[in-house]
Amino acid sequence: MMKYWRIIITMTVLLLLWQMTIIIFQLPSFILPTPWSVAKSLYLNIHLILYQAIPTITETLLGLILGILIGIMAALFLSSFSFAKRWFLPLVIISQSIPTFALAPLLVIWFGYGMPSKIITAIIMLFFPVTSTFYDGLNNTPKEYLHLARVMHATPINILIKIKFAAALPQLASGIRMAAVIAPIGAVVGEWVGASKGLGFLMLNANARMQIDMMFAVLIVIVSFALLLYYSLDYLLKRLMPWQN
Amino acid sequence: MQTTSPFIISNACFEAGGITYFKNLSFTLPLHQWTCLLGTSGVGKSSLLKVITDMQNNVSYMAQQDLLMPWLKTIDNVLLGFKLRGQKTKEHIEKAEHLLAEVGLYDKRFVYPHQLSGGMRQRAALARTLMEQKPLVLMDEPFSALDALTRLSMQTLAFQLLKEKTVLLVTHDPWEALRLGHQVLVMSGLPASLTDVLLPDEPPLRDATDPQLLPYYQKILQQLVGRS
Repeated sequence: MMKYWRIIITMTVLLLLWQMTIIIFQLPSFILPTPWSVAKSLYLNIHLILYQAIPTITETLLGLILGILIGIMAALFLSSFSFAKRWFLPLVIISQSIPTFALAPLLVIWFGYGMPSKIITAIIMLFFPVTSTFYDGLNNTPKEYLHLARVMHATPINILIKIKFAAALPQLASGIRMAAVIAPIGAVVGEWVGASKGLGFLMLNANARMQIDMMFAVLIVIVSFALLLYYSLDYLLKRLMPWQN
Repeated sequence: MQTTSPFIISNACFEAGGITYFKNLSFTLPLHQWTCLLGTSGVGKSSLLKVITDMQNNVSYMAQQDLLMPWLKTIDNVLLGFKLRGQKTKEHIEKAEHLLAEVGLYDKRFVYPHQLSGGMRQRAALARTLMEQKPLVLMDEPFSALDALTRLSMQTLAFQLLKEKTVLLVTHDPWEALRLGHQVLVMSGLPASLTDVLLPDEPPLRDATDPQLLPYYQKILQQLVGRS
């Protein structure tokens, strides 16, 4: 119960600060719209916004699922073969050091204005936290577990799956949580660079028309979706790993 | 696998960081008896146990930490060896349930390790060790993290359940060795050597409150202190 009160209090304080800023600095609505005008814009445009949210949500979920799978496979590959770490880890790090905003236009040129370029942007942004946390987990299996498994004559594949993989699940879960926060950003960034539908496209349009209240309304929807995604995944992961509590 | 002869450990060696902890250590583990290995910390007891694990093929191993996998329920932890070798069958599950009943954890078989007390966890580890059905059981201070009363009852339980096994127990507690050992060896020196300890005629499991054990206890202490 306290949790919900905390959320309500935080939201109220933020809205008050927002309104106060506008009053004190006498900001015009094309710089910072009032909370009220944003709420009105959200109400009036809710059908349009939700309609445009469908492609963004699809891209986010597909990007998240594929990114997590790629992240898991990359971590398994890097930790299973000693040559893999030496040869491929630098490539993975290079892929992360290129700013996504610089890469996104290229991706649109290569993969078109449709969903694939957005999904790929999301994958590139989110697979690394998954790989990195899961890889750390795989390499930090308690030595005693491995010794016990060897005494028990475990097969190598079972040591990998039933000991190392299982022991690294909590780290994988924190990687997935991070990925869930990044995924919507990836999709929106992709749309921002070039798209004919989606929330990023809608924001870009609203921005060009100085409809700042509309931009904020879309932002609120994106943030709500990101929160919903994070907390439902968090709930699911906790249910799947009851030994973690 | 049925073994009828004692286990002979010959020429065990261990070096690390340029230090020879022991070299050519040889001794015998009498069949179906408990051998207790005493020594101060750092003398190389655990290393000796690991070396023996590598030398002997047919051992099961129990450590000070229970090493229960936190993501497995109690019964799956007992079945761990069979899961890891990919040979779990219905009979094994029944055997595991039977063993859990023997260590008093049948009601806790679908519970995760973090929901068990320290003593319960060590009993689950004992059931897992027994489940392996290996003739030689190596134990590395398995009771040392338990409180005094739990330790006594764990010693009794382990002694009863491991009757058919040949056991090598590493411990730093002379009382534990006096209580459980058919043979007690003191490990000391660098490189370490082993000396046999004189034991009472009465066979284990000996009574921990028996004042007649006291002179033996003092003698072991002298052996431990005098040579280290």
